[in-house]
Amino acid sequence: MSIYFTKEHEWVKVKDGIGAVGISEHAAHELGDITFVELPKMGAVVKQFGVLGSIESVKAASDIFAPVSGKVIKVNEALEVAPEIVNESAEDAGWMAWVEIADESELKNLMTQEQYDDYLKSL
Amino acid sequence: MQLIYEKSTPGRRGIKLPASDVPAAAALPSALLRKENAGLAEVSELDLVRHFTNLSRRNFSVDTNFYPLGSCTMKYNAKVLENAASLFAPFHPMTALLPGGVEFCQGTLGMLYDLGQLLADITGMDEVTTQPLAGAHGEMTGIMLVSAYHAAKGNKAKKKYVVVPDSSHGTNPASAAIAGYEIITVPTASYGDMDLELFKAAMTDEVAAVMMTCPNTLGLFNPHIKEISDIAHSHDALMYYDGANLNAIMGKVKPGDVGFDVIHVNLHKTFGTPHGGGGPGSGPVGVKKALIPFLPQPRIVMDADGKLLLETENKGTIGRTANFFGNFGVMAKAYAYIIMLGREGLIQVSEQAVLNANYIKEKLKAYYDLPYDMICMHECVFSASKQLEHGVHAIDIAKFLIDKGYHPPTVYFPMIVKEAIMIEPTETESKGAMDAFIEVMIEAAQTAISNPQALHDAPLTMPISRLDETKAAREQNVCCIG
Amino acid sequence: MNESHYCPHTPEEIAEMLSVIGVASVEDLFAPIPAELRAKTFNLPSGMSEFETFDRMKAIAGDNTQGVTNFIGGGFYDHIIPAVVDHLSGRAEFYTAYTPYQPECSQGTLQALFEYQTAICRLTGLDVSNASLYDGGTACAEAAMMALRVTGRNKIVVDGCVSPFSRQVLKTYLFNQDVEVIEIAPQAGLLGRAELAALLDDSVAAVLVQNPNFFGSIEDFTALADQVHAKGALLIGSVYPIALGMLKSPGETGIDIAVGDGQSLGNPLSFGGPSFGFIAAKKSYIRNMPGRIVGETVDRNGKRGYVLTLQAREQHIKRHKATSNICSNQGLCALRGLIFLSSVGKEGLADLARLNRDKAEYAKAQLSRIPGVTVLPSITFNEFTLSLPKNAAGVVVALLGSGIAAGVPLGQYYKGSENCLVVTVTEKRTKKEIDTFAKELEVALCN
Repeated sequence: MSIYFTKEHEWVKVKDGIGAVGISEHAAHELGDITFVELPKMGAVVKQFGVLGSIESVKAASDIFAPVSGKVIKVNEALEVAPEIVNESAEDAGWMAWVEIADESELKNLMTQEQYDDYLKSL
Repeated sequence: MQLIYEKSTPGRRGIKLPASDVPAAAALPSALLRKENAGLAEVSELDLVRHFTNLSRRNFSVDTNFYPLGSCTMKYNAKVLENAASLFAPFHPMTALLPGGVEFCQGTLGMLYDLGQLLADITGMDEVTTQPLAGAHGEMTGIMLVSAYHAAKGNKAKKKYVVVPDSSHGTNPASAAIAGYEIITVPTASYGDMDLELFKAAMTDEVAAVMMTCPNTLGLFNPHIKEISDIAHSHDALMYYDGANLNAIMGKVKPGDVGFDVIHVNLHKTFGTPHGGGGPGSGPVGVKKALIPFLPQPRIVMDADGKLLLETENKGTIGRTANFFGNFGVMAKAYAYIIMLGREGLIQVSEQAVLNANYIKEKLKAYYDLPYDMICMHECVFSASKQLEHGVHAIDIAKFLIDKGYHPPTVYFPMIVKEAIMIEPTETESKGAMDAFIEVMIEAAQTAISNPQALHDAPLTMPISRLDETKAAREQNVCCIG
Repeated sequence: MNESHYCPHTPEEIAEMLSVIGVASVEDLFAPIPAELRAKTFNLPSGMSEFETFDRMKAIAGDNTQGVTNFIGGGFYDHIIPAVVDHLSGRAEFYTAYTPYQPECSQGTLQALFEYQTAICRLTGLDVSNASLYDGGTACAEAAMMALRVTGRNKIVVDGCVSPFSRQVLKTYLFNQDVEVIEIAPQAGLLGRAELAALLDDSVAAVLVQNPNFFGSIEDFTALADQVHAKGALLIGSVYPIALGMLKSPGETGIDIAVGDGQSLGNPLSFGGPSFGFIAAKKSYIRNMPGRIVGETVDRNGKRGYVLTLQAREQHIKRHKATSNICSNQGLCALRGLIFLSSVGKEGLADLARLNRDKAEYAKAQLSRIPGVTVLPSITFNEFTLSLPKNAAGVVVALLGSGIAAGVPLGQYYKGSENCLVVTVTEKRTKKEIDTFAKELEVALCN
């Protein structure tokens, strides 16, 4: 399973044409204590870099952008009652949605782990 | 402190109602009635008085503490203004809307009309509507007027954007969004205002308006403001003036002369009406001639004999933005303030507001980073970046000030300054009060180096220490169950 | 030099401050404003003392006709205000404070607003309230926008019996938002239920009704709530808080969002403001609520305290994506509302409501005895609609001359209702005033 990142700090882990999507540990740390995650609706069709959902902390709110285009086939309902999971495990248990990837060639628009680490250093 | 509901005793009464002098009416059908009385407090008058008196003592306020909250103009609120506003308590607004009713309301309508004239002179506008109920409400009304103006020229579909600088108040884009516009945000240049080149690049014929605060939220007067308005007008975009910082420039420069077409004024900031713990405010909107046909209704007009009338039928109007004539009680205070201070007084207000801000800026710039080191207007913006090197944030300095009896300056705004500390002393503070504040700010800077933990622990002298805001946001207990 | 004694510096102090700044004169501080932009005129009159100012304000107030007996409502009501309301809300620690951004030194305002939110929840029978909005009209508009966000739909259906002012405000707010607003024509002063039923489908975001409505009529909207919910829409109810001392609460009715104007709760008429708007809703809609909300939490030592919460919805963080552009609330007016409700209390509000209805029913009986006068046969609270044998506007003008504001003529707001008059009778109107009104009305109708 490979992981890719966007400049807006979302990640996607790809396996068998399905992408699990979330926000990076860096993003979760920057937001501080997360108080709310607005998940996409099941079955929603999202476009790469289009709005997938949103996330709020006490002092900030930001949109979550879809790293890949496709149809939302699963959402992490646990986050609705326990948004702090994103702080505790942003790149694992804090996943937000599964997207049935429409076009895997879009992955070339994203950063690899190594590229993302360099990108964070450049900020 | 207990909630008033926790002090309740069933059956206790706080007030005696007038006895009925008419027969009791037949009961309503039970389907229309509530099952049980609403669970309001049941306390004696004395318990009620103690409760709210003691609650009030848990507040800092202008009358008890220096309150240099940047962008909010927390000046002293003259007591006579309260007395003046209470004179108007008995007048029903519907009286003026009855047929022939204006005859009975010439005083109140006349005051609103006169206030409009005075504000028009101060701001260089042609007419003012007093209907908007607060600054943000004025912004929304103003941008709706812009929209109506473009629509009347057949350009409604073409005009899609409102341009704002990145230092703008959040209400600017939020108000423009209600009026149906998308937002273009222009970054700030090194000289502390909207970057002129990036602004030029952003401007097209699709822009409906440019919203500016001038002086801006960094407390700086934009030297390019005339050029900006000329460029905007060349694209048939209107210039919107956010009047939040009008206190700096009364009698010195009029927004209308600089090219602004529509403006709102925050009476609770510039014109000395109390902030009320977060309202009521009042946000009259001034416009240039071209926008008069779209003003909200009812519009107060004067006939040839000096009689005040209400215009209620006008095809072009944006409609109505509030139920009646605006926050009249607030406007009565602002009107009294303006006529009391008069021409020379208002000029002096702006001069001393600017003098005070520059004095504090000079005294503190050795201790705090000043990202835009130049003459400021009525407020100055520091950054706690030096203190951050010791792990101390702007919020820690704010909490330290609370322990010393000062309401903190605005922190973390404008967002373009990291760890911003925005200080607006206003003209009503004496030199002695400011010197004492400066001493405490210096002490905070020194403590940030010598004992940062002390700042992290503050405040220690208040009824409560720092609160868990995350818990509040996650649990959302916004009403006492029971 | 000292034009305003509110600017306290002496010339010596000014000189000292200028030298610290390193400029020669105050005028030098305005150097950043280009000379060609400077004000050429500033024509305000010269100032005066506070005594002259107060006399001037007294003269202005004196230019309004004094001592009119109010039988007008139309959204603002002439109710009793206990003395404690003025005295406690007049404490400067409340009224010269600002938004409680720093909770440690603002617990007074914050706890009061939490108590206010609690009062509004209990009054409306709903779960959550914000810390207040501008007024009743803007509260209707905000509730409609909230319903648009909740449902993702873009159609609002409004009962034509809702206050014409609130309807106008709502239309003004929604005009630029690609939203369809449909009004249902009133049927004899009641909701046109058949027309609504025909319209109601799954494109409707919300239905807005008012109880009692502009005609004064009371309706039970419980069944309507079920119909609206069956289509996935929300029911918004604009309510009169004094009437909630008696009437079925929005919560009991199944209303999703309740709004109203809080003027009648301890705020003077004051020529139309300031008052406050309230908004309460079912808990699941809290994130879509506009405006400030106070929440309970604990401090570092586990002590209970109050903070502004869910601020990420608001304009200062979310900017153009905020739930509303509102930045302030009507804090002091909401505080007055809370003090009023806490003074009147649980039983007192019920008594007050009863008193209003008793007086209004008495007036209804007296006025409907006048030959040619009939009363709209709906159930009412403290307002009712009369049908007169002649144009109501003319009658109102005639009675204003005798110091009686007889009511609101409906012709201005509803075509074909030129002879109708909405009369309001609060607890402040005495039997004698009502009897005089009946006599004067009879005279006016004979002439």
